Amino acid sequence: MNLLDLVIFLPAVAFLLLLLIPAASSRQAALALSIVIFLASLGLIGPVTANPAAYSFENNIPWIETPNIRYHTGIDGLSLWLIILSTLLTPLCVLISWNYISHRVKEFYAFLLLLEFGVVGVFAALDLFLFYVFWEVTLVPMYFLIGIWGHDRRIYATVKFFLYTMAGSVLMLAAILYLYTQGGTFDYTVLTKLLQEGRINLSHNAEIYLFLAFFIAFAIKVPLWPLHTWLPDAHVEAPTAGSVMLASVMLKMGCYGIVRFCLPMFPGAARELAPWIAGFALVGISVGALVAMVQPNMKKLVAYSSVSHLGFVVLGTFAFNQQGLDGAVYQMLNHGVSTGALFMLVGFLYERQHSLEIKAYGGVATVAPKLAVIFMITTLASIGLPLLNNFVGEFLVLQGAAIANFRWAVFAALGVIFSACYMLWMYQRTFLGKTPHDVEHHVTDINTRELVAVAPLVILMVWMGTAAGGFLNPISAANAKILEQSKARVEMRAANAR
Amino acid sequence: MHSLHSSQSLWLIPVLPLLGFLINGLLGKRLGKGAVSLVAVGTVAASFAWVLKCISALMPLEHSHIETYGTWIASGALNIPVELAIDRLTAVMLLVVTGIGSLIHIYATGYMSHEEGYERFFAYLNLFMFFMLTLVLANNYLLLFVGWEGVGLCSYLLIGFYYLKLSATNAGNKAFIVNRIGDFGFSLAMFLIFVHFGSLSFPAVFEKAKALSPESGFGWLTAICLLLLVGATGKSAQVPLYVWLPDAMEGPTPVSALIHAATMVTAGVYMVARSAALFVNAPIAMEVVAYVGLITAVLAATIGITQFDIKKVFAYSTVSQLGYMFLALGCGAFSAGIFHVVTHAFFKALLFLGAGSVIHALEGEQDIRHMGGLRSKIPVTFLTLACAWVAIAGVPPFSGFHSKDEILLAAHHHHPWMYWVGVITAGMTAFYVSRCMFMTFFGEYRGHHHPHESPWVMTGPLAVLAVLSLAGGYTHIPQFLEPVFPLKGGEHDSTLVAISVAAGLAGIALAWFLYVLSPETPKSIASALGGLYRAVYNKYYVDEVYYGTIVHPLVDGSKSILWKGLDAGIVDGAVNGAGTLARMIGGITRRFQTGNIRSYAAWVVLGSLLVLAAMTAMGGSSL
Repeated sequence: MNLLDLVIFLPAVAFLLLLLIPAASSRQAALALSIVIFLASLGLIGPVTANPAAYSFENNIPWIETPNIRYHTGIDGLSLWLIILSTLLTPLCVLISWNYISHRVKEFYAFLLLLEFGVVGVFAALDLFLFYVFWEVTLVPMYFLIGIWGHDRRIYATVKFFLYTMAGSVLMLAAILYLYTQGGTFDYTVLTKLLQEGRINLSHNAEIYLFLAFFIAFAIKVPLWPLHTWLPDAHVEAPTAGSVMLASVMLKMGCYGIVRFCLPMFPGAARELAPWIAGFALVGISVGALVAMVQPNMKKLVAYSSVSHLGFVVLGTFAFNQQGLDGAVYQMLNHGVSTGALFMLVGFLYERQHSLEIKAYGGVATVAPKLAVIFMITTLASIGLPLLNNFVGEFLVLQGAAIANFRWAVFAALGVIFSACYMLWMYQRTFLGKTPHDVEHHVTDINTRELVAVAPLVILMVWMGTAAGGFLNPISAANAKILEQSKARVEMRAANAR
Repeated sequence: MHSLHSSQSLWLIPVLPLLGFLINGLLGKRLGKGAVSLVAVGTVAASFAWVLKCISALMPLEHSHIETYGTWIASGALNIPVELAIDRLTAVMLLVVTGIGSLIHIYATGYMSHEEGYERFFAYLNLFMFFMLTLVLANNYLLLFVGWEGVGLCSYLLIGFYYLKLSATNAGNKAFIVNRIGDFGFSLAMFLIFVHFGSLSFPAVFEKAKALSPESGFGWLTAICLLLLVGATGKSAQVPLYVWLPDAMEGPTPVSALIHAATMVTAGVYMVARSAALFVNAPIAMEVVAYVGLITAVLAATIGITQFDIKKVFAYSTVSQLGYMFLALGCGAFSAGIFHVVTHAFFKALLFLGAGSVIHALEGEQDIRHMGGLRSKIPVTFLTLACAWVAIAGVPPFSGFHSKDEILLAAHHHHPWMYWVGVITAGMTAFYVSRCMFMTFFGEYRGHHHPHESPWVMTGPLAVLAVLSLAGGYTHIPQFLEPVFPLKGGEHDSTLVAISVAAGLAGIALAWFLYVLSPETPKSIASALGGLYRAVYNKYYVDEVYYGTIVHPLVDGSKSILWKGLDAGIVDGAVNGAGTLARMIGGITRRFQTGNIRSYAAWVVLGSLLVLAAMTAMGGSSL
């Protein structure tokens, strides 16, 4: 039992505790427990950053004898910050739900903690079967968060979300089972080694199929265009905390899966299909941004902007160079921070005016100046202004894309123009101009609880934009290893072919 | 390249105004106007003092003095240090930015004294200084880009300062988005620079660029320079991206003076001059720079002739004068371009601040048709503005004459016809400024306000700028810049000088005739020209064309084709279709639903086995 195990299982314990204690104190308990988990997770930073390319806090014990499934966990520079992001956002989500959630309060917070359990497990699992279990665990609480506490069309949205993700993960399960038949293990580190050394010798087609089985499961989660249409529905119907966790953490499970599993295990297929995947990413970047531009609904706008932003993540990943991959992983975190904050802020507006339509607002800056300033900073972060977080990630992704294929950078950079259009237009229509009567009546400035919830994210926007090195260097070290692994395998295969 | 001088703490130059931004931004509401002004003006003035101290300590500054403060971004071979550098080019820019910046900050404490959001205004203005100083001090392209985007942000915030006004917020958005289009080019140029030079650091890139030769005809180098130019046309309001600058006049007048005349809009000129080592090896790109500059100069000058809003006249004048600077750059006369940046900063800041003083006197009136005869009512404003007038009209020996002269001679050396077009533009320049001055200050007062002279905090900076506008030509900028841009030994042709001076004087004389002696004539000329006049008055309908061919199709197409058609129709339609299909099949297979758990389990096992078998068969066959 090491610190990582503690961080993984505390949320599960918290989930059970929350079910046992009375509903009246569940939000206080959820807040306290999630803060404890967050503080515990901070202890992971030191050892991992000291040696970011290797797995720290590794634990490898048998779970089920036959088939040979192991509880194998460990984290490196790639997974570290994603776990910290998850443990940070959980208490913030408790805070933003404080008054928003008024019925079945106990279950709500219990599911939130269950979600944290699944998500942290996904980022820590090094056994493919264990990974799959955690992957599925995350589905259940999100299904209920949307289905019970969502808006009018919540059932349609949550069923769509569930089935779509299931469809992908069934493919992944088949691929995992197939790998088991070949290697006799579910252990990711062992399988990767066997694949690299050619002891599992996949045929060209087999590698492509296996890659696609994993990739499609992950691409649905990212979501990569055109597998994205579940996302706007899920976001619009979800309660604020659900949207935040979905955008900030759950989508990253897909991005993470691609980098962690697809690249090292099936490097040949990944490189072979890279031009196609980059093509889809580029379409997603531009189409997502252009569709965001004409959305009348704020949450849909932010949802489509996510499709655009995550296109950058996929593009950077498949540039197959250090800059692209570093940018992609950094962009995962950035999107978690700034889009998480955007969903929070939109949620604050919704709690006041009870509408997600942009046209229900106007002149909010006059009645809620602090909210307006924070929204402005978040907007600027989202559109990639220098000295804020997204700029660093976008720059690295675009630079990496330019090295791989300059045309990719040209098309992707168009998305940067469009992002300014949709965000500034939304800001103008919501916050600027004269204040209509009903807005003046309903919209008040941000309160202390809300400020405490969003402030950490604003601080991170500036911190990650200016002192990028502290976050980026461990990521870079882990990525260098992944690139090295995937390159070695491709070179070996080429040598064998000769 | 590292000089032997010890650290000068160059970082203080941008960080001082940043402190002002933080103090006024966070505490401004509680501080009161006096303290806000003190912080805002004090930090900028301190920055100016620090610039003077650094330059005097580093003189003669023949090489770049570099200071490194750590690493910002490191990823593989890419390394972006936080590195500031000062050479003579940067020194000139620093003096202009902090010097004029200080004057305008002082002026603004008077101009903005009755405005809501006083502390917000000064916070933005200080933030602008921080980014502008970062821009000129940066020692690599990415850090320059930080300043570049940052000044754009402040421009956006200050144009939309009166955020209750729709026209102001629209203008802010337009400025940001048009600049983003330019930045699209700039960022692509950066990516190419890293791909080909393996660095974004100025000394490293320029060292390698000097080893190239123009004859080798590097397509990629031309591409880099043209993409940099795209960035410059956005920031410095050149054809085809100049359309945001006239609208930017929605911002308070001190902003128009500082950001949209004296400093930020010259960032494109600075960036191209900074990249001279790249441009000189890309002759095609240089030629394009010259053409863009010349076309912009002519186009904007013609529009300036027809406008009635005093700030709009000066805005088009700025666009036109920036065109002159690009003409200089394109002709290879980098130091002449920077020289004009300096003199233009003096006289155009003065024109705007003077216009602000007029508007202040008339309680917000900006239409020169409702002015007239103000000469005696606000004499200090008139006298100082007259200094800017003779400077921009190219009357010797005042500042504009010297720098314009350098540019026109370089143009003649490059292509004689460019000189002639430049001379005609100089005539038009003198004409529209004189027209504006005569309509504002001469004849009878046509308005119904009670004009009053501005307080000394406003007239003081006017007086200083008036002196600079008159004498600024003797700063010998081209000679000072010689270590950066070697002077070309072109002969001084006094005939060419005389012709351009004559063009300026003719412009003034024509304006005198039309707007003082015979004020009814312009109207009859305008109606005689009919459609042509209307086209020019309506700015050649360029905005309308952009909206009709780019903005509307993009928005409408995104809505009807991409969203409703592709996304909701085809893509999501397929997803829901698959769902419907599944339900149909489910309707058939419902017969298998026996309610018997063991039979379900059997189906699950059978299904998994089938999948496994299929995959083994497919994968295994080629093992």
